[in-house]
Amino acid sequence: MFGLKAIELIKEAKRSQEGTLPPYNEEGIRKVLEEMRALFEQNQAEVNEALEGDQDLFVGIQIRHVALEQNKRCILAYLNHRLETIKQLRWELGSVLPQDVKQNLTTPEAQWFSKYSKGLAKYMRSLGNQGGVDLTLDVRPPKTLHIQVRCLEDHGEFETQDGNIILLKKNSQHFLLRSECEHLIRQGILEHIIT
Amino acid sequence: MSLPSDSTPSKAFCNKESYFDIDDILATQERVPVVFQVPALNLGYLDSSSETNNIEAGAAMELPFWMAKALSTRGKHMVSVDLPNSYKESQREILGAEAGVVNLHKWGPYFYKFGMCLLCFEHPESTDIAKSLLQTLQNRFRGIMDSAQNASYEEIASVTKKLDVLEMSIFRVGQKSIESQLQWEKRQIEKLTVSKVIVNHRKRKRIHIENDQ
Repeated sequence: MFGLKAIELIKEAKRSQEGTLPPYNEEGIRKVLEEMRALFEQNQAEVNEALEGDQDLFVGIQIRHVALEQNKRCILAYLNHRLETIKQLRWELGSVLPQDVKQNLTTPEAQWFSKYSKGLAKYMRSLGNQGGVDLTLDVRPPKTLHIQVRCLEDHGEFETQDGNIILLKKNSQHFLLRSECEHLIRQGILEHIIT
Repeated sequence: MSLPSDSTPSKAFCNKESYFDIDDILATQERVPVVFQVPALNLGYLDSSSETNNIEAGAAMELPFWMAKALSTRGKHMVSVDLPNSYKESQREILGAEAGVVNLHKWGPYFYKFGMCLLCFEHPESTDIAKSLLQTLQNRFRGIMDSAQNASYEEIASVTKKLDVLEMSIFRVGQKSIESQLQWEKRQIEKLTVSKVIVNHRKRKRIHIENDQ
């Protein structure tokens, strides 16, 4: 039946865990495009025949036509699903993607990511009176300015806003400005301690 | 409920859902039994029982919903559409008798969504199907909500395997709300946590590392 290869792509998108980006399925896309090309060429030929008077061909043409449309929809939905995931990664991981995520992006996707990232940064800079607002901060309403954190891994030196340099060593505890360390918590380097 | 009135056959998705909606694509991929009213030339390879190059008039086969819809609605009668087994009267009677025990996931993972799609064929039983879908969800809803909030960890798998996709999402929402309430009671809600994306990402990374070794 037509469209089965395209449905495989959709199932793959459905299976992928929220927020993870599997490698781009080039092989699958190529197969769908091949099927579409075959469908299109046969339709092209039969439309010409049908216009010369052979009315019975129209059912077949109709079937192939909807199959083409369905394949198109599946491919576009697959690509759109990936873009939405990449967009989410920008909000969760920041403007620099880890190497192993990056290698699953195709070149156009990587370009889109950097453009999206730039656009978002520009928008955030334009907010507020001075310096802009970082919209990726304060995912939960803040209650205090400073919070107690514990390091979960060796991260190296970290310069705070007032110029002090502290060493983020595994299992060491610090009392930091919330806005400074929220990203590190979201990335799993620090743990927020509530007493 | 109004049905899509677009003139192009490209709108095979039902109820004007989003074009990119993955669940909608999967639901409209479910198959319906049809009988061809007119022969389809040069497509014999789609019908395994056909011995010629064509699908003959009167040939019965199963087509994906999107294809059947394009061939049968809006004044075209190239195929006549029958109801899939799960929506026949005998099955509706089972649902009417005791909806709670039925394994809807087995009847079709997109039982409700696909059932709503079927209404566009204007089958004589359409009204009954619509009523039965609504009644079924009403009857099962209480049980779903109850198990979402109270099921023990061991029970969850046996409960959720009977749910269709829509019910599953209701179940998840129920679980999420009870979880948030517990967190609030323990004053955990203000705690900053690791982003879910990172957690999933780490899990995957670990698998990669294990595979490499």
